[in-house]
Formats: sequence, structure tokens, C-alpha cells
Amino acid sequence: MTCRLAPPALFGLLLSLAASSLFTGYVDMSPQHLLHGALSGEPIPQRILIDIRLPRTILCLAVGSALGLTGAAMQGLLRNPLAEPGLLGVSGGAALGAVLALYTGFADTFYLALPLAGFTGTAIAIGVVFALAGRRTGTTTLILAGVAVSSLCGALISLVLNWSPNPTALSEIVFWMLGSLADRSSHDVELALPFIALGALLLLGCGRGLRALTLGEETAHSLGVDLARLRVRVLIGSALAVGAAVSVSGSIGFIGLVAPHLMRPLAGGDPARLLPLSALAGAALLTAADLAVRLLHNTGPELKLGVLTALVGAPFFLALILRTRQEAA
Amino acid sequence: MTAIACSGLRIELRDRVLLDNIDFAVRRGELIGIVGANGAGKSTLFKALIGLLAPTAGQITLAGQALRTFAPERRARLLAYLAQGHVAHWPLSVRETVALGRLPHGPGDRNTAAIDDALEAADLSHLAGRNVLSLSGGERARTMLARALAVGPAVLLADEPLAALDPAHQLRIMALLRAQAGAGMAVGVVLHDLPLAARFCTRLVLLHEGRMLATGTPAEVLSDTMLTQAFGICAARFQLEGSELPLPWQLTPQAPQRRSTM
Repeated sequence: MTCRLAPPALFGLLLSLAASSLFTGYVDMSPQHLLHGALSGEPIPQRILIDIRLPRTILCLAVGSALGLTGAAMQGLLRNPLAEPGLLGVSGGAALGAVLALYTGFADTFYLALPLAGFTGTAIAIGVVFALAGRRTGTTTLILAGVAVSSLCGALISLVLNWSPNPTALSEIVFWMLGSLADRSSHDVELALPFIALGALLLLGCGRGLRALTLGEETAHSLGVDLARLRVRVLIGSALAVGAAVSVSGSIGFIGLVAPHLMRPLAGGDPARLLPLSALAGAALLTAADLAVRLLHNTGPELKLGVLTALVGAPFFLALILRTRQEAA
Repeated sequence: MTAIACSGLRIELRDRVLLDNIDFAVRRGELIGIVGANGAGKSTLFKALIGLLAPTAGQITLAGQALRTFAPERRARLLAYLAQGHVAHWPLSVRETVALGRLPHGPGDRNTAAIDDALEAADLSHLAGRNVLSLSGGERARTMLARALAVGPAVLLADEPLAALDPAHQLRIMALLRAQAGAGMAVGVVLHDLPLAARFCTRLVLLHEGRMLATGTPAEVLSDTMLTQAFGICAARFQLEGSELPLPWQLTPQAPQRRSTM
């Protein structure tokens, strides 16, 4: 059922995608020239490779793996293949925080103000979901509280857009919400990476609990799993990873939903094995999408990464569902 | 030796008393059947015994020690629970599902013999590679029982393991539980099939509206008086291999009418 070659193959794919990402861009310079120039300290190749493309590539890998991993953890916790990082208000909170920062002008006060605001938004949203659902309630209450908070965040974002002072502010907010990793710097990496890493560590440690949950909450309890603690761990891990990811990238849909779906057959259905595989798949998908954004660019503004993932993701997901249904029939 | 016991057990949920004044013990080598009408508190009793519901009053002891003092994993190694409904959410293989029983033994557990034995006992070795979601109801019930056996517990509590199973599977599961008890395990099982309960269980506990109506040998517990009081039924009785088996036959004429919710 499980393919042992999957992790190394995925890893290889990821490395080649990352290398392509480093050597693809809007400046026509051969990889050899770029690499040699950067290593020997030439200012232009160094600036292109180290200051522009390296942060973008690292963020692609980090944000993609955060989304894929969180999606897999959420699906395992809620035992629902339709769960994704946005379900519990994680991305909604981040988007609202960032939009408020753009609206109030806080985003321009210092360099990392925007991602920080996004991150604060996530923390508040998760706090509210917790307060609503309580520590000892079941999964359904958690989902309902998450849906309520997500909807509220959506409504508040619309309100901010509604009150937007001028078209420039409006377009700035809308463009941020579309999701992109263009023009990010090493500062964004420094801000997001520690939180994504911490969140990923928390989530990767949930494998045993999620595996026990395969047989339902009562059986998981009887197998010695502390369900309240598992829930808190997944929620905090997701908030850290996705909060940090959305703060630097804006809203990027479908990766968190599609990556676990693609990997589930390779994981043999095991929610524990699915966690690292989905992280790798999420990273590969987002890096490939970002590469496509750059390759498709001709003239005018670059296609936003979030737009591409949704455009490709939605039909792809539909095809996946249809195929699964055919197999089940 | 008493493996699991409760005394003066009372469970309340939102001011409703679900169980009151329950005293009973399961000793090693015993197969105890818990019988009673729907809503009598059978599943609630098991949920309390595995620590999922906290008692409002009374004591639960596992291997002579208060249940609440156990670390979750240590409790899980001693006490296995087979939940109702045989839920499986993801397409694991039968072997991987059974291997979940080894989870309480920690990540370093290498006891594949326990998994093999459980598969063998439940006659699943030939299905080990199958996707658990593709199994028939009976095969899935056996897989879940094997999962509980793979824990290697001192106590096994099985909540309606026979629900929705064909007669052959019912007999298989009861024989398997009886064999486990014979090998020294303390086994408690919630049952609705009174003839099977009378035939296989060493003792029965009869619950009625959250209280213990009777406990003792199947013949003592399944008397006409008790059946009328607990279920509002009369049983036809027949003798087989020295034991008297009650077959639910008709509603007691003078019993208060149970209002149907349909």
C-alpha cells in the first residue's frame, strides 16, 4: 500500500524545483554565470541570487510545507478530508490583521509591520476559537467555532474594503489578499521561518495521536491519547505555521487541501506518515506554482501566486474527487 | 484476582443521573456480560470504567489501584476498550489497524508477535493486507477486536461487539472472548442477545435505569421477574447442554406501555 520510494523521490523533486526557482527570473543570466558571479562577490549576480531569488525560494518551500503540513494535521484531527488550514480561522485571522495594517497605515510604519499584524490576527482568531469551543468540548464545536470566526474575519475584511479611503489603498489591500511571494527579502524569511519551524515541530509530533484517532475519539482515549492536549497542540502548531506563512505571503488557497489528498495513497491512509509527506508535497506544489508564475509572465503585472493556486487547484481538486469516487464505486 | 472494580459509582451529566450506586468487579478469567434495555447505562458504565467520564461519586480501581491515579499510557496497557460501531476513518490496512493496539507500549515497541497473535486469534491473517474500509461488517468487527487484543491487556471491555453481525460472526466473537477469559483475561461485554449471554458469560450484570437490578449467574439474572422488570418481556426457555437459555418471546401483557419514538 505504501510506496517506500515516495519520500526520496519527493525530496529529489523538491531539490530540482528549488534549483529551478533560484535560476529562473526576469534577468536573462545563465545559472553558471549567476552562481559563479554570486560566489565571487560580483554585486549584480549576488543581489539577484542572494537578495531576491533565495528568499523567494526559501519562502516558497517554507510556506508550501506549512500549508501542506497544517492541512494534513487538520484533516487528521477532524477526521475529514475536506479540512484545510482556513477552517479554524487561522488564515482568516492573518488576512484580517494584515488588511487592518494596510488600511490604518500601520503597515508602512516599519519594515515588518505587515507580517506582524497578520500574525497578531491569527493569534487573536485562534484565541477566540478556543474561548468559544473550550478545551474540553468535541470536534464539532471546534469546527463550528472556527467557521464562525472565519466568517467574522471575512465580514470584517469586507467592511475594511468598504470603508477604504482611496482606490490606491483598496488595490493595495486586494493585491495583498491575492497572495504572492514576489519581492520578499531575507527579513521576511527571518520573521516567518522560526515560527513555521516551531509550528511544524509541534505538528510533526502529533503523528501518534492522529493515528490513534483513526479509530474514533473513544478508542483513541482508551489507547492513552490525551485528546484535549492533542487538540491544543494541533491548533497552536497550525496557528504558528500558517499564521507566519500567510503573514508573509497573503492568502494562498488549495495547497493545504490538495497536498494531503495527493499524498494519502502514498501514506497508505496513515495520518502519521501523511504529515511529513504533505509538508514535502506542499513545498513542491507551491514552488512549482511560483515557478509557473515567473515562466508565464510576459508583460504587465505578474500573475499572483494565490490566483494561480486557486485557478489550477480547484479543477485539479475536482478531478481528484471524481477519480476517488470512481475508484470507490 | 480482581482486575477492575467499581463501588458506589455515580455518574451525573448536566444534572441528570446516568448511573447510581453501581458495585461490581470483574476478576481475571471471567467473562461478564452487561445486559439491560437501551438507555439503561451500559455504555456509560464502560465509559466511566475507561476514564472517559469522571465519577460524581464512588471509586473505580484497576488492578487494585485507583483508576484516576494511572498515567494514560499505563492505564491503556492494562485496560483495552472495544468501542461501539467499529469506526475507522482512513484506509489503513488490517494489519496496521491491529497494530494501533501497540500504541500504548510506546514508539520503541517491537512486539510484532502480539500483532500476529491477535490477527491469528481473530482469523484475520489472510486479510492482513486488505484495506480496512473494504471489509465486510463481520470482518471489520473481528479486526477491531484483534486491535483490542493486540494491546495485550489484563482487562478487555467490549461495548456491543455483536451489533449488526450475522449468527456465525456472533458465535465466533463470543467464543473468542470466552477463550481470552479462559486464558486469564478479565472480560466485560455489553450484549443484547440474551441466549448468547446465558450461554457464554460466567456472570451477568443487569442494569435498569442507571441502577444495578441484579448480578449473578445467567440463570439468576435472567429470571422471569427480572426480564419483566428490566425489559417488559417474557421469555420462552429451553434447555441445552445443561444450561437454561431464555429466548425473548413476547412483551409482558401488564407491562407499562413503552412509547415508541418512531
